Amino acid sequence: MTSLPSATATWKDDEISSRTRVPWYQRLQPANLLWLFLAAILVILIIAPMWTLIVSSFTDAKTGGWTLNNYIEAYGKERHITALTNTLKMGAAVVVLKLLFGVPLAWACTRTDMPGKNFVRYGVFGAFIMPPYLGGVGWILLAGPNTGWINRAWYWLTGASEPLVNIFTFWGLVLVTSIGGFFLVFVFVSTAFEMINSEMEDAANVLGAGPIKTAMKITFPLVMPAIIGSALLSFLGAIALYGVPALISIPARFPVVVIQLSEFFSFPLRVEVAAAYAIPLLLITASLLGLQRLVLRRKGYTAITGKGGERRLVKLGRWRWVMFGYCFFVVALSVLMPLIVLLMAAFAKSWTTGFSLSNLTMRNFYYVLFEHSSSQKALITSVSIGIAAATVAILLALCIAYIVQRRLLPFSNVLAFLAVSPYVIPGIILAIGFYAAYALPPVALYGTYTILVLAYVTRFLPIAFTTSAAGVRAIHTEMEEAVRILGGGRLTAIRHVVAPLLKRTLAGGWLLIFVPAAQELSTAIFLVGPSTRVVSVVLLDLSEEGEMEVLAALGTLLLMIIVAVVAVGFRYLGRDFMLRRS
Amino acid sequence: MDGLVLRKLGRRFGSVDAVIDLDLHIKPGEFVSLLGPSGCGKTTTLRMIAGFIDPTAGSIELDGKLLSAPSGSVPPEKRGMSMIFQSYAIWPNMTVAQNVGFGLKLRNLSREEVNKRVGEILEVVRMSHLAERYPAELSGGQQQRVALARAVVIRPAVLLLDEPLSNLDANLREEMRFEIKRMHDEFKITSVYVTHDQSEAMVTSDRIAVMNNGRLEQLDSPYALYTRPKTRFVASFIGRTNFISGRRAADVVEFADFQVPVAAMGDGVAASGPITASIRPQAMKLSGEPGTNGAINLQGSVKQSAFLGETWDYVFQAKDGGTEFKVVAPPADVFEVGAPTWLAIDPRQIVPIVD
Repeated sequence: MTSLPSATATWKDDEISSRTRVPWYQRLQPANLLWLFLAAILVILIIAPMWTLIVSSFTDAKTGGWTLNNYIEAYGKERHITALTNTLKMGAAVVVLKLLFGVPLAWACTRTDMPGKNFVRYGVFGAFIMPPYLGGVGWILLAGPNTGWINRAWYWLTGASEPLVNIFTFWGLVLVTSIGGFFLVFVFVSTAFEMINSEMEDAANVLGAGPIKTAMKITFPLVMPAIIGSALLSFLGAIALYGVPALISIPARFPVVVIQLSEFFSFPLRVEVAAAYAIPLLLITASLLGLQRLVLRRKGYTAITGKGGERRLVKLGRWRWVMFGYCFFVVALSVLMPLIVLLMAAFAKSWTTGFSLSNLTMRNFYYVLFEHSSSQKALITSVSIGIAAATVAILLALCIAYIVQRRLLPFSNVLAFLAVSPYVIPGIILAIGFYAAYALPPVALYGTYTILVLAYVTRFLPIAFTTSAAGVRAIHTEMEEAVRILGGGRLTAIRHVVAPLLKRTLAGGWLLIFVPAAQELSTAIFLVGPSTRVVSVVLLDLSEEGEMEVLAALGTLLLMIIVAVVAVGFRYLGRDFMLRRS
Repeated sequence: MDGLVLRKLGRRFGSVDAVIDLDLHIKPGEFVSLLGPSGCGKTTTLRMIAGFIDPTAGSIELDGKLLSAPSGSVPPEKRGMSMIFQSYAIWPNMTVAQNVGFGLKLRNLSREEVNKRVGEILEVVRMSHLAERYPAELSGGQQQRVALARAVVIRPAVLLLDEPLSNLDANLREEMRFEIKRMHDEFKITSVYVTHDQSEAMVTSDRIAVMNNGRLEQLDSPYALYTRPKTRFVASFIGRTNFISGRRAADVVEFADFQVPVAAMGDGVAASGPITASIRPQAMKLSGEPGTNGAINLQGSVKQSAFLGETWDYVFQAKDGGTEFKVVAPPADVFEVGAPTWLAIDPRQIVPIVD
């Protein structure tokens, strides 16, 4: 036993070859089949709709042959080009306004001794909960040219005949779009502010820089990536948003891309033209996100990810209340004012009459819940589709994140790329892709719950994936190897170890999907059928019919359901889960 | 062949050979350590035995049954082995008892049987009173005991240990070494233990396989490994040593300052040509006058000294600028630096090595 191993190694080659094959049934792991299945699902959810979108943009509707006519029809009219440039103008203006709202609030809440920080944080959170189109309705009630409350107060006070403010203008559109999305800027930028170590600022102070110089040269450059990132996302969110333009840009005679798209989708239905018209939007989105990655990769901002050191708050002195005043103004514009008028309208017999006891009623709620033809069903549909989409997206994302993090398959990075790729697809374009791929025979899913759930799952897969991947990454592989060596398969490991450890993370991700899914409009607008109308679609119809009181009641009910779900989440998960950046 | 047999086992990662041509036969009930510096392939070897990595060459068999081959492998869960991980890998969502009973439940044992065996093994590792605790409420040493109980309770065909003590502090590590040894003596489970710490390997193992650069350097009992290292790597990795070069001339080996009859040196002396030999610092004795009884005596002086508490570390240099030797002496043997001394070398402890 003490001789060198090379001396004892006398195996003959034929002796080895007779037993070098492990029988296939011993090698079989049922999990392998699941992975193939998942790859197929991703193809169905992402590749096929996007591929169909591109193909159909080059397809002649009548003959089925190749053509460029769709592009000619889509861009041949001056009106269509104007819609495109209008959209870009609007997007740029929205970015500026969102940054003006989001960045100061983020700074005030993280780096100063401003009073009422929690109030501001809850206000921003309220802006996340409130669907953009409800904010839009609120602002129509506030600043409609004739009957808007602000204008009526103005007429009454001054006797003027011209309105003070008019929401049906370019700037009205910009304002309402901005209040519905600036929370994203807030979350990104305040996270970045929280990462900055006071010692970095101290180092500049010690070298002789005053507070203002330090802020300009050190602090803001360090949060710049977050500002740029959130500015890009704001732009993309603004140009793809459907609800607010649907409410405002038509009366404002300010055509934008999404409205033009929906026109292609109304009678006569021209899906191929819509596809051709959607391609530039897709290209803008993809290239901007590519640009963002390029910009952010250059500097080593990893330095600010370390927590170390204490953060000292900037003492604002008597400017504290000025700062709070500004924050209050933003919260009032974005949440308080629209919410209050919405609630008042919901409880009013006639919203134009103003506030009085005789005008109070519960009738609107009764009507919405029990008499209106579609609103009760729409509430149920929205909530159940939200639940279904959030659940399916989380489960699917968990499986993919697991494969990717554990490198179970060759090319698993392709799966990861696919799972986050819907991020660059605006909801309305996703809807066109789904329509083109699955609405018509032979699949014929138009007007079913299935197509809605599938589209929502695709839309929210990136959120689900990033949440799940972070969770899986935090679980040491040896936890699972311990299961396997003791005799459990991979699926046993997932069920008994991975899933229980991920419970909280997954529940947080689920809520982050449920809230926007229950309100989703852009994805739903072209996919709902007569029997699958969701709340957002019904709300839009009600606004066209001018039934503002009923609309307000239905919107209030939707908000109440979402707030209730989120409240349960708060209890279970702790208060901070949604304000963390995933 | 009974036991665990690795035949010409190899694993490539890209263009790097992590393990090359490894032949190892571990007998039933034997405790073998894979010892080597980081990157020597020991963990890769262990993970191939467990089934987490497939080999790219050779095969692994257990009691005559093929487990791993380049064409495919039995997955870990079908090998009937168990493993103790570097991070312990105690599942934080289960209590101590649930952790330990998990492997038994997977074997579809009845609830009574599971409870009985969990109770027994927790008794053995002295953790009975903590059975209902969650891992977050345990100390590092206690978690290690849970890992040990969880691995042993299923009576595995092979127990694999992946540097299980590297995350413990020094005192606890010493205690757990003996704990592992005790468990092995009690249950006689065939065990493979990966470590880079030679004293851990020496305490626990029947035999130690020293690995370097993906190859097996030497497989021997701890005593033989220390006293008869076969390669320069083994001699320097296990303990400290002095290397001296010489040349064989007929029946003697000539070194720079002395010569030794071949017969006195024991096995393994090359028939002719240059020879490298290893002499442990403990194989020599410093004294004020020449020794007797067959030892080689060199005259010289002490060049450096360091007192370590339990021993003295001296550097002795043979006279006229001759070879330097590291020598270990008991605390009572005090020599001043520069003092003329004699060095007595036991010729049987001059071990020829492969360079």
